[in-house]
This record gives sequence, C-alpha cells and structure tokens, in this order.
Amino acid sequence: MLSIDCPHCGPRAQSEFAYDRTLDAIVPLAMPPAEAMRALYTRANPRGWSDELWHHRFGCRAWLVVRRHTVTHAIESVIGYAP
Amino acid sequence: MSGPARIPGGARATIAFTFDGVAMRARPGDTLAAALLANGVGLVARSFKYHRPRGVMTAGVEEPNALVTIGTGGRTEPNTRSTDVFVYDGLVARSQNRWPSLKVDAGAVLGLAAPVFAAGFYYKTFFGPPKRWMRYEHFIRRAAGLGPAPVAADPDPYEHRAAFCDALVVGSGPTGLAAAKAAAAAGDRVLLVEQDADLGGTLLSDGGDVASIEVARAAIAAAGGRILTRTTASGLWDHGFVTLSERVAEPGQPGALAQRLWQVRAKRIVLATGAIERPLTFAGNDRPGVMLARAVRTYIARFGVLPGKRVVIATNNDDAYRTADAVAAAGGEVVAILDSRAELSAVATVAKTRFPVFTNAVPVSTQARATGLTAVEADIWTERFTYAADCLAVSGGFTPVVHLHSQGGGKLDWRADIQAYVPGATLQDIVTVGSAAGEVEAISPDTVALAHPKSSFIDFQNDVTAADVDLAYAEGYRSVEHLKRYTTLGMGTDQGKTSNMAALGRLAGAAGVSIPAAGLTTFRPPYTPLTLGALAGPDGGGHAAPSRRLALGDCHDALAPIWQPLGLWHRPRAYSQGGESLHAAALREARAVRTAAGIIDVSTLAKFIVSGPDAAALLEIVCATRVAKLAVGRGRYTVMLREDGMVMDDGTVWRLGETRYLLTSSTGGADRMEAHLGYARHVVASNLRVSVVAVQEAFAGIALAGPDAAAILERLTGAAAPAHMGVADAMVAGVPVLILAASYSGERAFELYPVGDAAVPVWDALIAAGAMPYGIEALEFLRIEKGHIVGGGEVDGRTTPHDLRLERMLQKGGGFVGASALDRPALAASDRLQLVGLTSPQPIPEGAMLVAAGGAPVEGHVTAGGLRVLGEGGVALALLRGGRARNGDTLLATSPTRGLEARVTVTDPVFYDPEGARYRG
Repeated sequence: MLSIDCPHCGPRAQSEFAYDRTLDAIVPLAMPPAEAMRALYTRANPRGWSDELWHHRFGCRAWLVVRRHTVTHAIESVIGYAP
Repeated sequence: MSGPARIPGGARATIAFTFDGVAMRARPGDTLAAALLANGVGLVARSFKYHRPRGVMTAGVEEPNALVTIGTGGRTEPNTRSTDVFVYDGLVARSQNRWPSLKVDAGAVLGLAAPVFAAGFYYKTFFGPPKRWMRYEHFIRRAAGLGPAPVAADPDPYEHRAAFCDALVVGSGPTGLAAAKAAAAAGDRVLLVEQDADLGGTLLSDGGDVASIEVARAAIAAAGGRILTRTTASGLWDHGFVTLSERVAEPGQPGALAQRLWQVRAKRIVLATGAIERPLTFAGNDRPGVMLARAVRTYIARFGVLPGKRVVIATNNDDAYRTADAVAAAGGEVVAILDSRAELSAVATVAKTRFPVFTNAVPVSTQARATGLTAVEADIWTERFTYAADCLAVSGGFTPVVHLHSQGGGKLDWRADIQAYVPGATLQDIVTVGSAAGEVEAISPDTVALAHPKSSFIDFQNDVTAADVDLAYAEGYRSVEHLKRYTTLGMGTDQGKTSNMAALGRLAGAAGVSIPAAGLTTFRPPYTPLTLGALAGPDGGGHAAPSRRLALGDCHDALAPIWQPLGLWHRPRAYSQGGESLHAAALREARAVRTAAGIIDVSTLAKFIVSGPDAAALLEIVCATRVAKLAVGRGRYTVMLREDGMVMDDGTVWRLGETRYLLTSSTGGADRMEAHLGYARHVVASNLRVSVVAVQEAFAGIALAGPDAAAILERLTGAAAPAHMGVADAMVAGVPVLILAASYSGERAFELYPVGDAAVPVWDALIAAGAMPYGIEALEFLRIEKGHIVGGGEVDGRTTPHDLRLERMLQKGGGFVGASALDRPALAASDRLQLVGLTSPQPIPEGAMLVAAGGAPVEGHVTAGGLRVLGEGGVALALLRGGRARNGDTLLATSPTRGLEARVTVTDPVFYDPEGARYRG
C-alpha cells in the first residue's frame, strides 16, 4: 500500500485516497470532440513517471496531483491540483 | 531400531495431547513435531499425490512433509506444519490424506501407479478423450490432496491493528538482535518480530551469546519499542508497509483472541530472516528419518529429543559437522559422515579424528520398514556401502530467506559459492543482514548423477521428482515459471522453501545453462500461510460490511418488513402482512398508492446542497438539462452523463433560494455522484464560486403518494399543498419539513424531508392520517408502469440519453459533461439498444432475452418486468435493438435457464396515465 504525503494531512495510507486518472485524461469542457475522445480512450500509459490525479476521498477531500513511478511505485511529489 | 527418543534429563512432560486419538505427553515449549518425535512417532503424514509415508524433515516453518490437522469443530486448522505449532494441554492433532489409517493407507497403491501421475498428468488427461477425465476425476479428487477445510464457524475472535515504527526488525537471531539493539540505542522506536515462540533464532539450537537476548530486550523496552513473538512478517509491500500475522493462541487452541493481523508502516526495515537448509536429492530421500542436519541438532539441543540412535550425516558443506558433535554429545552414534566434497576441509579434518568421515561420498538410496529408516546406501569414491542407520541427517547448503526483500521490489544477486540468491539492490529503506544476506557456509556446487531419478524427490510437498523435472524439460517447458505450473513444483503451503533451489539446479542441468540463466519464480506474500480468519479479522458475519441504518429504522422494524440490501443500506422491500407473499404484499401496497395513499422511506436518496453565485453554472456542467432558468421554489427532473456520453444517473434539482439548490440522485450512485461533483467543482470548473455539500444523511425522507396524498398533506400542515414540482416549507407533527412535490410513482406525490432524527413523528403522523407504508418492490411496479428508468436497470452504463428517449431534455448548446461525446457517429446508429415498453397478457420475465422466435438472434433484453397495478396483464421495460421504431412488433421474451417465456408486444414505455394528469393533481 502506497504512502501518499498529502500536502494538507501529511503521509497517509493509500486506502484513504481514490485514484482518478492521469492528468492527460482530464477533458476540459471546451475541448473539441475528437481530442476529447483521444484524451479519454487513447492515453499514454507510460512505463515510468506518471502524473496522476488523486482524490483524498477519506481525508481532506482535496484533489491532488501525484507524480508516481509506475514501475517502482516511488512518489516524487504530491501537490494540490491547479488547472 | 527404536526410533527417536527423549534424551534423559530436562523438564517433565506435563502437557497432554493426542495424535490420531492416541494420548501422548509433551514438555512445555515443545513444538508438535518435537513432541511427536519424543513419543517415537516417525510416520506423521502421507504425501500429497503418492501417499508415501512422510515424517518430520525440518524444525521450522519450511516443513514440507509433516502437515497435520489441528483442533476440532470450528477451531479446526488443516495443513498446519507440526514444526510450527507449540503444544498446549488438550491439543488434538490428526494426520491427513490417509485412509483408513496412517499406517495402513489404501491410497499408497498410487505410489505403484506413479508413472501414470507424472508431470503434467492433469493437462495430458484434459487433452485426452473427455471420458478419461470423467473416469479419473472422482477418484483423483478424493485421493490427492491436503486436509479438508472445517465446516463449522470459527468461534474465536480475530483482530486487526495498525502500528508505526522507526525500525522494523524481522527475525531475532544473533544479527536481528544486534540490529534491534543498535537501533534502540540510537533512539529509534523498534518493532522486533519473531515467528518462533522464543527469541534467539539459531542461538536456541547452536548456542552462542545467549545473554544478548535479554540485553536486546531491555534496550528495546528502554527506547519505547515493542517485541512480538509468534508473529510472522508475511508480506512486504510499497513504502515500508509490512503485514504481520500474530498467533495469539496456537492453532486449535481456545482463547480470548485467536490471531491478530498487524499493518505496519516502518521508516526503516532490517531483514534478519535467516537461511533455510536444503535437502539432498537421492532415491528415497523423502522417507521418515531423513532430516535436515540443522533440524537434527535443533531437536537435540532445544527440545531434548534425539531423532535417531544411529545417525548418518550427508553434506556438501561444513555446517553439518556441528550436527555430528551434537549427536555424539547426546549419546547417539555417528555412523558415517558422507561429504560430497573431494578434499577434506579444515573442519572435516578435525572431525575425522572423532568420526568416520568420507570424502567424495554421497547417499544413493535408503531402506526402511514401517517403523522407520533402517539403512542408507552410499557411494564413496567408486564403491557402494550400506550403513545400518535410523536417521539420515542431510545438508545441501543454505538458501537465504530473501522473500520479503523480493516482495518489496528488491533485486536478487546470484552467489555461486553458496549456490543461492542473495538480496541485491532495493529502492526501499531495507537492509538485509546475517545469513539472509548470504553469510552462510559455502558448498560444493558439484551436482551428482542420480541413479534413480523417479524416486528422488525434489519437491516433497507436491511429490515432484527429479524425473518429473526432466520430463517437463523434455516436453518443452523451458521457463521456470512454466515448469512450476506444469509440475506444481514450489506450490502448496511451503511454496518451495526447501525445493526451489534443487529444482532450479535440475532444470539448469537439463538445459545445460547456469542457474541464474534458468530464472527464478516470483516471491509473493504471504511468506507462510495465513488463515482466512486472520485476513477477515473482525469483519466477519454481520460485520462483513458496515451497515447503514435508516433514521426510520425503528418504524420499519415495528412492521417487520422483508428487507432488501442496497449497497450498505437495508431498505424495506415490502411490508408483508399475515403470511402474504412478497409479490402479494407489493401488489397490495402498489394498489393502495394508486387508489388512496402510501408512504415510502426515501431517506437513502443522494442529496447535495449546491450554493453560491455560480451554483447554477456548476449544475449545468454536471446535469445535461437546463437548470439556470428554474424559478426559485421550483424543481425539475434531470439526468447526468459520464464523459463518454452514457447516462450516469438521474435525479431532481430544486432551486431553494436565489443561489441555493438541492440536487438529488439515486441511492446506489450516491458515492459516485459525490466524487463526480467534486471532480466537476475542483478540476473541470475550478474557477466557479460555488460550494457543494453532500447531505445524504442530514435529512430523512418520506415520499407520500396517491390520489389522497394532497388532502392528507393539507390536513397535517394546515396549508395548501405545493403544485407539482413545487417546493414548500411546513410543519408536520411539530417537525419542520421541506416538501418537494415530485412524483416517481405517477400519482400526486410529495417528498417530505424532516430534519434528521425528528423523522419518526412525521412517519407516525402520516400513518395515522391513513397512508399505507410501501416498500421498494411496490415502487418497482409503480415506476415500471410509468416508464421511469432506474440506475442498474435501464441506466446500465451503455445507454445514451437518446437510447432512453431523453434527448429532448438536453441543453441545446452543449457545455455539460459528456456533451462532446454524444456527437460520435456510432451513437446515432439506428440499431442501438433503445428503451421500449412491452405488454403481454401474462407476466414478462425480468432479464429475459428478446427474440423473434425460439432460436432466432437475440435482439434485446427485459430490464424490468411488472404487472399492471390496477389492470390485467404484464408490462415491462426493455432495451431493444432499434426499439424506438418498433412499436407494434411482437417478440418472444424468453429465459431458457429458468424455463420462462412470454409473447410480448412492443409499445411506448409508458403504460399508465401517459398524459400525466394524475401526478399534476
């Protein structure tokens, strides 16, 4: 189980968080349909560092950007989401 | 041959236990294996596949052979290693996989049929004629296997706990104690865990600085640390997360607490997990009396049991010579030491002055009678010798316990001098010390040609022989992962702890490559078997999931309804009276709603207060329908889409004030909707000035519906009832309530939201005023008849607003979540599954397929089936290919698995009051 260092709450167990998506899968409302579908369905799936949107669902409920390595599970940074 | 026996002196055997019904005595501190050996029991178990007689081979958790069933009734624990159970008064142990008895076992004839059951037997049988498998299956299922699982419920409680520490030290042998002491001295909070009942590891059998145990204990205590014995670090995961399983009571032992599962987050981890001795491969190496050399001296030194009077030792390293000393000191005779190495080592040279030591000497086979081992045949240089012996102590070197390191993502390095893997690089803060790090005796790497590979066992627990490995290789299984699955090697409760390296060696030999080139199977948690009870912890039975209780729970209980679980909620399904069936009760309740008035608990609906200057803007992003033009005090039906354009949920939105809205959505989708609103608020439209508060549990809710509903409400509130989709504040039975005039049933209806725990007087007042309570089964009848969709039924994650005939409600300009996805051409295809109604003179089976005739292609399915509440015949909602253009078609709704079918006619999905005259009032 990952330990995620929430900027508001400090290090907490992964079970308090909900993974939402990678940042490149966020679909702004104004995005043209073809691009939006690419963002939803044709994602990078990197082997390495991945910037991900997480929700501190059972904590402070903040939406966070977690930079996580998909092979080693190392977490480089956890910051609040800002568009 | 008298077999193993207790060495004179030492504590009295005061503990009474039974093995296969025979009363025996044990000393305090004995493992079951030690106690069995002390009582002269050499034969403990029958093997998994061939029913070969097996005895105790090890003195630790790696034991592959001596598995027993412990305990009775709900406390039964099968497949328990007798080497990992500490005897207590009243322990009941039984042997497994034997019939009629351990000594006379009918299944042992399987041994004669061994060639038939060689590697890949199952696969070959599957690929053979089907009849062959049908013939074998019954026989094999009974013959092969381990102990059966208990049927009765476990009466003892289990517990989960969390812990944090600066340094987690796994293993309390000399290096583990030193590491724990050093960490404590540095001021670290130390957690020291030991799977044995006593601290000390090899100190307990080989002696040494025994005083260090108490020194470390004091240092850990002084620094505020903790020591857990009978506790196994069973899994090591990411970021210093370790699971520990603690045996509070021994297997089968009654206690206030059976086991405790710890979840530990450690800043730093020290693995002092030791090394496991490997057996040697030769014919009959699985017989009772063949034991690991270190285990032999553990039984002597720690438990006061001499496993044999005449002991032959076979080794490829210096460590086993200590066993010779121990056997001699305990009064046993060392018949011969067979050293496979060509040259005498320094240790062997010293030993040769006391014992008959032979170089270039290997065991070839064993002889045995029912009572145990009788002789060992050995090749010494080029000659064969036979030694009369009742115990053969073997040492094939030591395998460092790298499991936890490897589970945590650490790499492994090959060490040729010890013919084993040792921990390599790791990205976590983990250090491995002592013999687990490879500080073990070097061995002779020479492999020995086997005279009888078919009876030379590599994996004792799974009855895999050297010949099986050879056969698998010959049949093309080159990868060690394939070899494992083909032969079952390394599976089972011991996970190959004593066998993996020998198997790798054999495979590498067959392939003519080095062992590292042959690969290695993955180490997965748990290190030793966990009981299901420990995993479940306190979350069993009625506590398997949290239960969410309705504010009106007591009111429902008083009516003894039939309950329906819905997520974590339990909702009344129907209030059956006087032995009514569910169906009859629901129909009676639905008719009351259609002809008079009924009330239903709708407290579980998801509810959100959305407020702020941009509240409407946020709602128009989440909801696919217009919201901004809603007048204060009015509400409307709405639908929410996923980003892919599929309908996620539906609900209602109410404008309570200028910048204050209430959004409701379905019970089952409440958590998803909360996350979705959060995503919209914080990610998609984080610039909006709006707050979203989930208030699902802040208000109970009661829906009052029926032709009499308005009159009842007016009588209770003393005020005019609000118009359809209107909002009102009122007092009912002295309780302030928010009234929303929404109808799901199709009748004039009002949702009453009293504040929190004051709901009961409102419910009671409504009943006193003549409303009949109805459950969700009646609600199903009512909503199907009105063609109202529901999440999980028609809203199945694959239906668009157009599929559900909702497209006219959508905001014209887009701008809501899912809008852009709706333009995809495929979603406009005319043959999509679309919502239709079905009618029939008879009931329409829910879940049935829709076909033109029996055997024709499936064109859709029935999502919900009901009856006309006041009329005759069945009605249903369905998703039908191109359904919107198929009114008047006749189809067959068929469910062959249940033997149900009905002729149906396709209609619009509204069967009752299509003009909506009734709910407008």
